Amino acid sequence: MDAAVSVRGLKKTYGKVEAVKGVDFDVAPGEVFGFLGPNGAGKTTTISMLCTLITPTGGTATVAGHDVVTERGRVRQNIGLVFQDPTLDGYLTAEQNLRFHAELYGVPKAVLGDRLRQVMEMVALWDRKDSKVMTFSGGMKRRLEIARGLLHSPRVLFLDEPTVGLDPQTRSAIWGYINKLRLTEDITIFMTTHYMEEAEFCDRIAIIDHGEIVVVDSPEALKASIGEDRVQIQTGDDERAIALLRERFGIEAAVREGQVTFAVASGEAFVPRLFAELGLPIRSVSVSRPSLDDVFMSYTGSTIRDAESGDGNAWMRAMARGR
Amino acid sequence: MTAEVVRVSVPPMSGSHDVRAIKVVLHRELLRFVNDRTRMVSMLIQPVLWLFVMGTGLGTLVRGVIPGVDYRTFMYPGMISMTVIMTAMFSAGSIVWDREFGFLREMLVAPVGRGSIVVGKCLGGAVVATAQGVIILAMAGLVGVPYEPGLIVTLLGEMFLAAFTITAFGVLLAARMRNMQSFFGVMQMAIMPMMFLSGAMFPLANLPSWLHVLTTVNPLTYAVDPMRQAVFGHLDVPDQVGAILNPGVTWFGWQLPVIMELGLVAVVGAGLLGVAVTQFSRTE
Repeated sequence: MDAAVSVRGLKKTYGKVEAVKGVDFDVAPGEVFGFLGPNGAGKTTTISMLCTLITPTGGTATVAGHDVVTERGRVRQNIGLVFQDPTLDGYLTAEQNLRFHAELYGVPKAVLGDRLRQVMEMVALWDRKDSKVMTFSGGMKRRLEIARGLLHSPRVLFLDEPTVGLDPQTRSAIWGYINKLRLTEDITIFMTTHYMEEAEFCDRIAIIDHGEIVVVDSPEALKASIGEDRVQIQTGDDERAIALLRERFGIEAAVREGQVTFAVASGEAFVPRLFAELGLPIRSVSVSRPSLDDVFMSYTGSTIRDAESGDGNAWMRAMARGR
Repeated sequence: MTAEVVRVSVPPMSGSHDVRAIKVVLHRELLRFVNDRTRMVSMLIQPVLWLFVMGTGLGTLVRGVIPGVDYRTFMYPGMISMTVIMTAMFSAGSIVWDREFGFLREMLVAPVGRGSIVVGKCLGGAVVATAQGVIILAMAGLVGVPYEPGLIVTLLGEMFLAAFTITAFGVLLAARMRNMQSFFGVMQMAIMPMMFLSGAMFPLANLPSWLHVLTTVNPLTYAVDPMRQAVFGHLDVPDQVGAILNPGVTWFGWQLPVIMELGLVAVVGAGLLGVAVTQFSRTE
């Protein structure tokens, strides 16, 4: 089967700013593909080009086998969209919002009633179908948008930051629906996120930074590629601890999340040596396997939070040197 | 969940699909209107104030000057137009609201021509404005205008045409507006002078020539005049009073027939609609 999404050299520039600098990737049918990167990395721009909302400056892309520039209408028929910001009419009821969508997408009237019930039951909103959307919470609105995005049985569902701004409980509920969706519908899911925990749910992720794709692989393979464990220690004098680590072990460390943090090949085996040789009281120590955070850091040179706040990639630089 | 999945296969786009899209956009406008009582009431208060407060007050002032006709009767067709114009503008403004709240995006990413959405919106605005005008029509008896079926049908048609054109104008304005405040600012600036110069509030006879030129180039004049002609056609007014209150529109001394005025409004409406569609069809 052909790729659900196929992108070659896709580019978008606004004046002198290169928002997306020529990206290439393919998404297989049935895959959950994640675009991971900090805000401003070019995720939304890329998704908007794939959804035919903005015209690429260069390169090509096909979605469900149709070109996003020359076959705009065909692409639109075959995709479902859930945006970061709600696009519902609060003055209409949930069902009215969905019916509006069905008419615009030309869903055959014969199947509409059944389909409507099915997608609303999937997101557990069937019993609220007659309520006005303005009475819904943020999570309910997002669920309704997911139901709406599925109403016309799209081949590819685009989710732009589907859980941003939601509380953790709602986030996990949304993920429950997305996972259920993979089982019941014949669909490819393309999503963007800047939550590491969510990227774990994807079959494959593409890390995007400054408009370029840094790496594409499964979360497991990406984590395995890092190899090193992360060690964090608390001491009475972080400056001195960092200096001592460099002096005695040749390790570059940095203060991250309030703790002296560094990477070593086998963390557990290193801890006894650390206590014996550092020559500075250590209050606590933790060793963790590489997370996607570490993956992101090792490929882009900064943590996703730091990249967003725009300051300090000391840890990243340390990490990069240590590798 | 083990239930059978209902699969939908969306048919290729066709003309009937566009008609379906127009209908649903129109349907939504009507739902929104019916659900929003406050808007209905507020849109009504203004013309009622003009008609019964201003009309009565000014009427005492001019009673001696224009014998045989209540000033409020003169104002009546103007107030119908004003109601229709304001309602149509508000309907068009809802596009800005839709943009602010994201719903416009839902419409613009759908696999339908942007033209269908703009046409649906304009029809919606026209229907809603006509419905609002019906309430003013119902007050005809209070100002001495007879309830004649011929008059009512004529006025309804003229209201619809005027409302469609105004909505198209509003949608065009709304195409580039990002928030409601700026839309209403620009709307006030555009609509107020047009309304003053349309003959809705004072007769267009014996005006100084500069004012006469302005009223003649004002497209709203051609929407208001047919309604006044229709109302005065069903009144029993002395000729010289009719000449003052209902002078019609003249181009270099030639009196424009009503059908031409309506044609003019329709052409302007179609033109505005066309420009509005191209505005919405642009992508980044």
